[in-house]
Amino acid sequence: MKKVFYLLGIAALMGFSLVPDASARDYISIVGSSTVYPFSTVVAEQFGKTTSFKTPKVESTGSGGGLKLFCAGVGVEHPDITNASRAIKKSEIEMCVQNGVKEIVEVKIGYDGIVLANSKQAPAMKLSRRDIFLALAKEVPDPSGAEKTVPNPYKTWKDVNPQLPDVRIEVLGPPPTSGTRDAFLELAMEGGADTFGWIKGLKKKDKNLYKRIAHTIREDGAYIDAGENDNLIVQKLEANPNAVGIFGFSFLDQNTDKIQGAHVDGVEPTFENISSQKYPLSRPLFFYVKKAHVGTIPGIEEYIAEFTSEKAWGPEGYLADKGLIPLPDEERSRMREAARNLETLPVD
Amino acid sequence: MAEDRRLERDGGIAAAVQRTLARRYRAERRFRLFGMIAVAVGLLFLAVLFTAIVSKGYTAFQQTYVLLDVYVDPDVVHVGNLDSADYQGLIKTSLRELFPDVKGRRDKRNLYKLVSSGAGAVLRRMVLEDTSLIGRRLRIWVPADDDVDMVIKGHVDRTLPESQRRLDDQSLAWVEVLERQNRLEKKWNFTFFTAGDSREPELAGIWGATVGSFYTLMITLLLSFPLGAAAAIYLEEFAPRNRWTDVIEVNINNLAAVPSIVFGLLGLAVFLNFFGLPRSSPLVGGLVLTLMTLPTIIIAARAALQSVPPSIRDAALAVGASKMQTVFHHVLPLALPGMLTGTIIGMARALGETAPLLMVGMVAFIVDIPRGLTDAATVLPVQIYLWADSPERAFVEKTSAAIIVLLAFLIVMNAAAVFLRNRYERRW
Repeated sequence: MKKVFYLLGIAALMGFSLVPDASARDYISIVGSSTVYPFSTVVAEQFGKTTSFKTPKVESTGSGGGLKLFCAGVGVEHPDITNASRAIKKSEIEMCVQNGVKEIVEVKIGYDGIVLANSKQAPAMKLSRRDIFLALAKEVPDPSGAEKTVPNPYKTWKDVNPQLPDVRIEVLGPPPTSGTRDAFLELAMEGGADTFGWIKGLKKKDKNLYKRIAHTIREDGAYIDAGENDNLIVQKLEANPNAVGIFGFSFLDQNTDKIQGAHVDGVEPTFENISSQKYPLSRPLFFYVKKAHVGTIPGIEEYIAEFTSEKAWGPEGYLADKGLIPLPDEERSRMREAARNLETLPVD
Repeated sequence: MAEDRRLERDGGIAAAVQRTLARRYRAERRFRLFGMIAVAVGLLFLAVLFTAIVSKGYTAFQQTYVLLDVYVDPDVVHVGNLDSADYQGLIKTSLRELFPDVKGRRDKRNLYKLVSSGAGAVLRRMVLEDTSLIGRRLRIWVPADDDVDMVIKGHVDRTLPESQRRLDDQSLAWVEVLERQNRLEKKWNFTFFTAGDSREPELAGIWGATVGSFYTLMITLLLSFPLGAAAAIYLEEFAPRNRWTDVIEVNINNLAAVPSIVFGLLGLAVFLNFFGLPRSSPLVGGLVLTLMTLPTIIIAARAALQSVPPSIRDAALAVGASKMQTVFHHVLPLALPGMLTGTIIGMARALGETAPLLMVGMVAFIVDIPRGLTDAATVLPVQIYLWADSPERAFVEKTSAAIIVLLAFLIVMNAAAVFLRNRYERRW
């Protein structure tokens, strides 16, 4: 019996002596958006394979969570790069500066389209942003035309727009914590709300009321929070031809045999249409680099170079294969220059 | 009194028993039936779960390989650049030789996509092992791309219109040519068991996550078993019974029921922010899981100690053993199998846990196999979670295959617990 305890004790001591001090880190630590994660990881893997540096570690924490970790301070225990599916907010820059992160390099990497898709067994949907807003908002403008809102009375797509099929509204979408949801609210719901002149007027007069109308999704079961797992939404759409799902373009791209994207404002969600900004529901994707870590953590500059190389983020690059919509040529070369020169965001 | 008279009138007690006997037998049969139904329903769900996972996942244990004739060109690979030569370029050359009439940049790009981007690495490994291959023509099997793999395994319907498939008509025609030449074959997927994570499904493996799980559980075991056992022995055998020990007991029972994510938050605040231990490391993961499993182990260990009859203690004390000797020479050896069983069950729970690890950064994309307790690592259930969330179709089967592996580990651990209990546990 005694022997067993001695052995356990010795083993425990050995275990702890393996622990080197935490002050050294020889790999890049990346956090941030789950939308950028699939692209960031591919670059990280390529970077690890083709250079002598270690493969960076990529965590998927969401855009907001990533920026919070990123802005927590300078030092090896804080991440070097954060991915975001939206631009950094002013308040976040302030938080960064407060914690000593004064030099932030912003790199815009491309676009992601948000698609509304349904099963191939059902006919394709042709929606406008106004239809989307009317179908999904909690409060919609009074159908009689008066300038007030009523609780959403629409049960089927046909109620919303007589040209749409007579099918019950059933939309599977991302939960409130998701960056995709934020972008959806901003691009689709606000876009739809703005087609009503008086709601658009509210934007100036009463911003809070405007946000409440445009940003509140109905809670009567027509919109279903489907969790962060987009694969699950695809599976549910396959099982239920009447449902419509909301997710990033890469999932449509990978599952074209099962689902089809709805036309929005007459534009089909295709690679070309998103890249040329014709498709209305597209958003830019970013990553942010902590300049203070360049030189301390090995490989950051090389990682940026890999990410901004034509074989990665170009129209023929491996990120395009994974569903990233590249920046237009001119913007891309400008962004590459800025990123490789580590130009920082203005801080006041 | 009235009852007795009634019984007499009806022919005595025996008759009364006779009358209710059939009903009582029926009640018992009914209860047994319900019990069997309950067990059957449980087994049915288990069977459905297993068949669903196994039927989806077993194909991932095979991977489609392409047979290529590769000329290891001495102009491309020579002693000076063995490590960094363009091996993928050699693979591409051999593909062009197979399909000499493919012209044009776009078509060539399409052709190169038939084989995995990891094919060059296979060749590189071979050349590094045996440099005499340089200048020779080799016939080697290299992994096919995941889109090809999906078609070969029948997960994608070839008869669908071109716009609805990942693989276009041109590529599909090439695949069919390769099939006719017997250059495509499904082989045992070693990569799956030896590689770390990858964003290319055909190169992704669970070894990195398995090693991460091993380190994490090692820390958990080394800390939680001695601590749990010592706490249980003290509380059960030495501690006085008073209000304080009652409070402690209630708290331990409470902690065992706390949702695991709470331990993750605690770990984030204490181990990462206060002690500054490295994020995403098995060390921190193990510490967090230790906190989570400790209450379970303490409770199991106390139950094991309680089940040792007091007569053993009395006998030891009667022949002059000290309290300490009684516990360590007599009580503990008898209680140990039960304590170990509880520990193994606690470990099995820790093996399947993801929520607390999310908070300490172990939910991450990590390619390199961890080589120590402070390297960035991930664990098996996290790997499953990450793959389930990947857009590539081939990760669907990988996810199920990883679940099969995790289930296998859990079954082995739980079987060990049952074996230990049956083999060594004594009943009084």
